[in-house]
Amino acid sequence: MDQATPVRPLGRNEMAARVAADIPEGWYVNLGIGIPTLVADHVPLEREVIFHSENGVLGIGPAPARDAINPWLINAGKQHVTLRKGGAIVHHADSFAIIRGGHLDLCVLGAFEVAENGDMANWATSENDTAPAVGGAMDLAVGARRVWVVMEHTTKDGKPRLVRRCSYPLTALGVVSRVYTNLAVLDVTPAGFVVREMIPGLTLEALQARTEAKLSLPA
Amino acid sequence: MINKIVRSMAEAMAGIKDGSTVFIGGFGAVGQPNALIDGLIEQGAKDLTVVANNAGTGRVGLARLMELGRVRRIVCSYPRSTGSVVFEELFRAGKIELELVPQGTLAERMRAAAAGIGAFFTPTGFGTKLAAGKETREIQGRMQVLEYALKGDVALIEAWQADRWGNLTYRLSGRNFNPVMAMAAELTIVQAQHIVELGEIDPEVVVTPGIFVNRVIHVPYGDPPI
Repeated sequence: MDQATPVRPLGRNEMAARVAADIPEGWYVNLGIGIPTLVADHVPLEREVIFHSENGVLGIGPAPARDAINPWLINAGKQHVTLRKGGAIVHHADSFAIIRGGHLDLCVLGAFEVAENGDMANWATSENDTAPAVGGAMDLAVGARRVWVVMEHTTKDGKPRLVRRCSYPLTALGVVSRVYTNLAVLDVTPAGFVVREMIPGLTLEALQARTEAKLSLPA
Repeated sequence: MINKIVRSMAEAMAGIKDGSTVFIGGFGAVGQPNALIDGLIEQGAKDLTVVANNAGTGRVGLARLMELGRVRRIVCSYPRSTGSVVFEELFRAGKIELELVPQGTLAERMRAAAAGIGAFFTPTGFGTKLAAGKETREIQGRMQVLEYALKGDVALIEAWQADRWGNLTYRLSGRNFNPVMAMAAELTIVQAQHIVELGEIDPEVVVTPGIFVNRVIHVPYGDPPI
């Protein structure tokens, strides 16, 4: 990036906080592994958002203190969690009925790539990877009412992740409606990526230089 | 008098044949029927197809069963996880077949089998390599993939409470795949932390009714490791 104006990309927690700011009270939300999991830490308890996990847990609360871990209560990332008052347990088939039946208001996922048509790739890094782990990614991507992706804007080597067409194996087609990166917030629209917000000091030109897909500003 | 409670592991494992499809409950270390897996290792059935969310970790339990060359094929959603060393070795050496299934499709294929449904269409996986070669159809404006029911010969289940009719409860996220697997297998074998008197479990609280359960063995093994 041309450093005419110094810009400071958001860190993982700041990205998670930015996503959290857009989640209203009353939504049922599933959070993927990685940065998405951090989103819950930035939703205040008094804003009642009900977090779901694939292994049948509804109403996940704040992470337990080390000496208060319940060994029988984990999330899909195999981390120990707590249940809020009002929480519920269902079995796996019902948990995925929640996911696949369109009952979740939102799923926040990480990704390797998102394309301008809303395709996403987040489960395998190459066609040659014959035994990647898919878990619930494909179910969540097609089943939730909204899919938001939170990820770094580029790879560590500076390769764009917001692309015209995904090069990694697809998770789902045309499902992503919004992307939060360390540089910007973008909506996926029929006209491609629309930039809603950029970090202070960043220009559209500088953002475009780090993005393969064509960017535009709201009409 | 109906009594599904068996006194020995040999009795619990009796009759499991070579070539069986075996469901193994559990998600992570929680709700995993470890004693029954060890029982199956001891029992000796081979050429098995194992259906489980993960492909085992470390060198014990499911990983041990695979290392002994007893598993021909594994059907799971998340074969690669921390410590899935045995699976990695066998898979690289071409000694085990893998059918990778999205987690929800895996659960639903078992529920379909339990409910007598032969197959169903789902949008999950459409347009991805996991749907390659599968029949697709547009239904209600959305492209969907045909997935077949998945029936088990045997299900190995971990429960919290069981009575002599085989009514079961589970403990928190120990529930996971256990109830749907119990419903979808021909022979459902349960290890239960607690055996309770008939009538002690409130009918409103029974999660798996005994109609889906064939054998119960009391294994008070305590909490999963933290």
